[in-house]
Amino acid sequence: MAETELKPKAKEEAPAKGERVRPGRVFLPAVDIFETPEALTLVADMPGVASGKVTLDIKDNHLIISGEISPPMAPGETRLAQEYYTGDFQREFHLGAIIDQARIEASMKDGVLRLLLPKAEKAKPRKIEVKVG
Amino acid sequence: MPIFTFREPGWSPDQELERLQRRMGRLFEDTFGPGLALWRPGVYPLVNISEDHDYLYVRAELPGINPQEMEITVHEGNLILRGQRKIPAEEKDVNYHRRERESGYFRRVVNLPMPVNPDKVEATYKDGILTVKLAKPEEIKPRVIKVQSA
Repeated sequence: MAETELKPKAKEEAPAKGERVRPGRVFLPAVDIFETPEALTLVADMPGVASGKVTLDIKDNHLIISGEISPPMAPGETRLAQEYYTGDFQREFHLGAIIDQARIEASMKDGVLRLLLPKAEKAKPRKIEVKVG
Repeated sequence: MPIFTFREPGWSPDQELERLQRRMGRLFEDTFGPGLALWRPGVYPLVNISEDHDYLYVRAELPGINPQEMEITVHEGNLILRGQRKIPAEEKDVNYHRRERESGYFRRVVNLPMPVNPDKVEATYKDGILTVKLAKPEEIKPRVIKVQSA
């Protein structure tokens, strides 16, 4: 097993943009983004966000993902030690391709969001044959 | 021969260090507010600890982990969290734009701030957050003492 030991990382706060109504901090989720000729896939770690609390905002090739967390403590609890901060997640992306919005698939499991963003027909790469003249 | 020193009387390196630590702590609290000064042990996963009248709660952000791959042990006032985070490989023809999520194993010991009943420990995993609920033994629970008039 060539596994490495996980290192703790402080969550990075999202740059303040606009004025939020919900109080609290906002963090940037860690993401994996990969591309195939047909689609872009985005996987984001958003611990504490329930599946119904994810919002996707897509306009042309501009994508915003946001997730609201459930309360980190039950009412009546007193905090004794804090090593990580809790807060909502938000991150913006400029996608390099035009997305076919009708075919977007999203799933949320164990605090991990997985988005399949199929490319629109015209954005798919085409193989150009070079004719020998 | 006179011994010349820049040190003030009563100076000792231990005391100086302590004073510095106190000053740093105060600076931290002034910046981030009381009770929010983070204590970082440098071991994954980071935990938040809270309590209510009957229980102690230890929480950790562990997104995308199979609960079956986690092992939670309570041993002599310590809570031991072990496990593995696997990120399954994607198809071979993919090209990555970002790769920030990490896989690997973790082994963390958390010193519990109070004794707990090792037979009454529950762990739940929801939306990528692990919550370990540890029951406090009867003798350490807060008790209201009534003042009797003489």
